[in-house]
Amino acid sequence: MLKTHFLGAAFAGALAIGLSASPVLAAESEEPIKLTLHDWTGQLITTNIMGEVLKKAGYNIDYVQADYIAQFAGLKTGDLHVAMEIWETTGREAMDEATATGNVENLGETGMQAIEEWWFPAYMKDVCPGLPNWEALNDCAEDFSTPETAPSGRYLGGPVTWGGFDDERAEALDLDFEVVHAGTDAALFAELESAYQRQAPILLWVYAPHWAPVKFAGEWIEFPKYEAACYEDPSWGVNPDMAYDCGKPRGPIWKVAWSGVKDKWPGAHDAITKFKISNEDMGAMVAAVDLEGKDLDAVVAEWMNNNEATWKAWIE
Amino acid sequence: MWLLRAISPSGWFWIGAFGISLFLAEHAKSWSRAHDMRWLMDTPRAIRFPIKDDISDFMDWLVNSATFGLFTFTQFTRAISWLIEQPYLLVKSMLVTGWVQGFGDNAVQLLPPFSWIAVIVTVFAMGYYARNLWLGLFVAACFLYLAIFGQWESAMVTLSSILIAVPIGVAGGLLLGVLAYRWRWFNMAISPVLDLMQTVPIFAYLVPILFLFGFGPVAALLATIIYAMPPMVRITTLALKSVPEEIREFGLMAGCTNRQMTWKVLVPAANRSLMVGVNQVIMLSLNMVIIASMIGAGGLGYDVLTSLRRLDIGGGLEAGVAIVVLAIALDRLSQAFADRNPPDHSALPASPVRRHPWITTCLLVALGTGIAGLFLPALQTYPRELWITTGNFWSKLVEYINVNFFDQIEAVKTFMLVTFLVPVKRFLLGLPWPWVIALLTYAGWQLGRWRLALLVLLMSLFILVNDLWDKAMVTVYLVGVSVVIASLIGIPIGIWSAQHKRADRVVAAIIDTLQTLPSFVYLIPVVMLFRVGDFSAMIAVVLYALAPAIRYASHGIKTVDPQLIEAGVVSGCTRRQLLWRIRLPLALPEIMLGINQTIMLAISMLVITALVGTRELGQEVYIALTKADTGRGIVAGLSIAFIAIIADRMIAAGATRARKRLGLEAAR
Repeated sequence: MLKTHFLGAAFAGALAIGLSASPVLAAESEEPIKLTLHDWTGQLITTNIMGEVLKKAGYNIDYVQADYIAQFAGLKTGDLHVAMEIWETTGREAMDEATATGNVENLGETGMQAIEEWWFPAYMKDVCPGLPNWEALNDCAEDFSTPETAPSGRYLGGPVTWGGFDDERAEALDLDFEVVHAGTDAALFAELESAYQRQAPILLWVYAPHWAPVKFAGEWIEFPKYEAACYEDPSWGVNPDMAYDCGKPRGPIWKVAWSGVKDKWPGAHDAITKFKISNEDMGAMVAAVDLEGKDLDAVVAEWMNNNEATWKAWIE
Repeated sequence: MWLLRAISPSGWFWIGAFGISLFLAEHAKSWSRAHDMRWLMDTPRAIRFPIKDDISDFMDWLVNSATFGLFTFTQFTRAISWLIEQPYLLVKSMLVTGWVQGFGDNAVQLLPPFSWIAVIVTVFAMGYYARNLWLGLFVAACFLYLAIFGQWESAMVTLSSILIAVPIGVAGGLLLGVLAYRWRWFNMAISPVLDLMQTVPIFAYLVPILFLFGFGPVAALLATIIYAMPPMVRITTLALKSVPEEIREFGLMAGCTNRQMTWKVLVPAANRSLMVGVNQVIMLSLNMVIIASMIGAGGLGYDVLTSLRRLDIGGGLEAGVAIVVLAIALDRLSQAFADRNPPDHSALPASPVRRHPWITTCLLVALGTGIAGLFLPALQTYPRELWITTGNFWSKLVEYINVNFFDQIEAVKTFMLVTFLVPVKRFLLGLPWPWVIALLTYAGWQLGRWRLALLVLLMSLFILVNDLWDKAMVTVYLVGVSVVIASLIGIPIGIWSAQHKRADRVVAAIIDTLQTLPSFVYLIPVVMLFRVGDFSAMIAVVLYALAPAIRYASHGIKTVDPQLIEAGVVSGCTRRQLLWRIRLPLALPEIMLGINQTIMLAISMLVITALVGTRELGQEVYIALTKADTGRGIVAGLSIAFIAIIADRMIAAGATRARKRLGLEAAR
C-alpha cells in the first residue's frame, strides 16, 4: 500500500512538472471534467470533439454515460459537469427548469440547428406528385393509409415526450391524417427502414442532424413557415380559429454546464462556450460512423486534423 | 339441461353481470353524454385528489432541506453511495480498468486488470469445484463467447456491477428475512413493501434515486438491488420456517442463545433453500442490466441500446446474447454451488497451497498471464483481429422477411386486430367506472371475504381519484389480451412437453433464453414487421410472459400424484381421458399460479411497451421519467402495482379454493 502511494506521488509530481508548462492549467483544478454521453451518435461525436480539444489544453476528462433528461439531476448537484447537446426542440423544458435553480448554466449554441418536420421518402413523389407542398397531403391521404387508419392517412409522430403539436397541426390544417405516436426514436426509424425496404408509403417525423435523412432519399413537407405568432395567435395563418397551422420551429442545440465549472475550470468554461460546429460537418460525421461503419474515434481524430485552426482558437 | 343445472348460482350471477357489461359498454357512453352524466365515464372533478404534486414537493424537501441536525439527508445518502462505490471500484479495477494513477490521458496504469485467460480459468475452476469437469467446460465456453464476439470489456463492466449488487441483495434479503421470521409484526409490515418493490416499475423511482444517490453506477446498483432483493427475503423466511423441528430442538438442547440459534443452526440448516434465493437475485439483477445502463451503469446494456439506436439488429442481438450467456453461466454455477455436498474436512493436507489447489492455480495463471501480457498483449486482452461477428446477417434476414412476407403478416395482424383486440379495447373503455369497481369489489368479497374486497376497493379508488382511470383500462386491455394469448400458446406447450422428455429440454432452453434476452433486442424487428401500435406491443409482451405459462403447466402435470394416474389406468382410462379427467383437473391450481405469474411478467413489460408507443400507464411512467417528474412517475407506478396486486390476490384466492375443492390442501 505504502509503495503504491509512493509511486502515485511520484507520478503526480511528474504530471505537475509536465503540465506546468501549459499556462492554462496553472490555477485550475486537476480533477477530471465529466462530460455526459447519450445514446445517439451525433451527441457522442460532439462530446468527443469537445473532450479531445480540452485534453489538448491540458484538462483531465471523464466521459460518463447518462440519460438525456435524467442527467439534469446530476448537473444540478455537480455530479456531472458538461452536457454538449440539449435540443431546443426536445430539451427546452428540462433545461429551463434546471437553469432556473441557478445550479446549471447555459453555455450558448453549438452552432447546429435542429430541424424537425414531417418527412416522406422520395419515391412517394411518383405516387403523389403534389409533394412536398402540404396542400397535396389531403389528395394523397389514402395512399398513406394503413388498414387501421383507412381511409385516413397515417402519420407516425415522435414520442409523446417530444411534444411538437402534431395532433393539433393535423386538426388545424384540416389534414385527413391519423397521428400515431412511436414510443422511442428507435421504433420511429425501424418503421422507416421497414417501409423503405418495401418502397411502401410512409409519412413520419424525422429530425436532423441524424443519419436517417442522409441514408434515405426524401424531403420535408413544406408547411406554412413557422412564426411565433402561429403557435400563440389562432387568427394567424390559413385557419383563422386555431393555432399550430404552420410548420415546426427550427431551433438551436444548446450546451449546458454545472454552474461550478466557471470557477473550477475557467479556461475550459471559455473553450466550451466558444465551441461551434455546423450541421453539414456533423451530418457527414454521423453518416461516416453509422452508415459507413467507421470507428467513432477515428472520425473525431480526422476532424481534429482537418480543423486545427478552428479548435485552437477555442482554447487560446 | 344438465349443463344449465351444472352452473352454480354465483356462476349465473357472473353470466348476468357479463351480459349487463356488454350492454353497458355499448350504450353507457352515449347515454351518459345525452343525460349529462359524464362523470360515469370519467373521474368526476369533485373526487379528484391527485397526489403527484405532493410527492414531488416532499421529494424536493427531502433533497434540499431535510436534515438530521448534524448532517443533511442528502449528505447521508451520499455517504451510503460512497460506501457502495468503493467495493465497486475495486472489482471494476480488477476486471476492467486495472489500477490507474492520474486522470484522462495522463493516467498511468500501475497494474493491469485480470487477463481474459485468467478470468476464464477462474470460472472453469469454479465450475469444476462446484460440480464436475463438464460444468467447468460449459462455463468456460460461455465466457469464451464473450471474448470471441468482442463483448469482453462490456461484459466485465456488467459482471462487476452484478458482483456488487448480488452480495448486497443477498445479505440484505437474508437479514430482512431473518427478522421477518423472528417477529410476526415485522413480517406483516414488510410483506406489502416487498409486493411494491416487485411490481412498481423501476422507471418510476429512478428519478428520486438519482437525486439522492448521485449520478452513475451506484444509482444503477441501488435500483438493481431494490428490484432483485424481494425474492431473497421471501425465500429466507420460508426456508427458516421449513427447517425440521428436530434440528431446532437439538439447538435448544445444546443451549443456544437466540443469536446462535439463528446463525449457527437455522441458517446453515436452510442453506440449500437459501441458495435458490441467491440464484433468483442473480437472475433478476441481470434482468435489470438494460435499465441500469440508462442511468450510467454502462456495460452490455449500453451496447444493446446504442446498437438499436442505429437499427443494427445484429449488434444488438450479439450484445443481448452476451447477457443471456452471462446469465446462464452464473445461473448454472450458483445452482451447482447450491447442490454441492458439504466438503469433507477430515483429510486435508496441511500446506495452504495444497489445501487450495484451485485458488493457487488461478492466482498463478493470473500472475503468469499478467506478466506475459506485458510482452504479448494477446494474453492480456483478446486480440481484436480475432473477433467474430454475425455482421449484417440478422438485418438482412429481417429485410428478407419484410420484403417477401409483409402482406401475409399484415393480413394476420389485421384479422387479429379486428376480431379480438379492438373489440376488447372498446368493451373495457366503454364500461362506466362505478360498475367496474362494484363488480371487482364483489368478486373480491366472494373470493376472499371483506379483507380482499376492501383491498380491491381501495386500490381501484386510488387509481380513480388520481385521474388515471382511462389509462388503467388500456393497461388492463393490453395485459389481458396478451395474457390470454400467452396462455393459449403456453399452456398446451407446457402440457405437451411435460409428457415428452426430449421436447421438455428444448422448450426449457428456449424459455430460459426468452426470459433473459433483453426485450429491446426483439423490439426493432417486431416494429419493422408489425408497425408501431398495440399489436407490436402485444407481441413483445407475449414473448416475454410466455415462460411461466409453459413452466407452471409443465410442472403441474409432472407433479400429479402417480398413484392417481395408476388408478386411472387400472380403471381403463384412455390416454385422452387420463389427460382431461385426471391430469388437467389436478394440475389446475398450478396452472392458475402460472397464469398469475404470466400476468405479473406482462405487467412488468408495460414500461418496455411504452417504448414501442402505447398509451397506458407504462407510457405515463416513461413520460414522468423523461420529464424528471417524481410525483407523476410514482403515482403511475403505484397504479400499475395496484393492478398487479389486485390480479395476484384474486387469483391466489381462487387457486386456494380450487385446491381445497380437489382435496389437495388437506394433503399438505
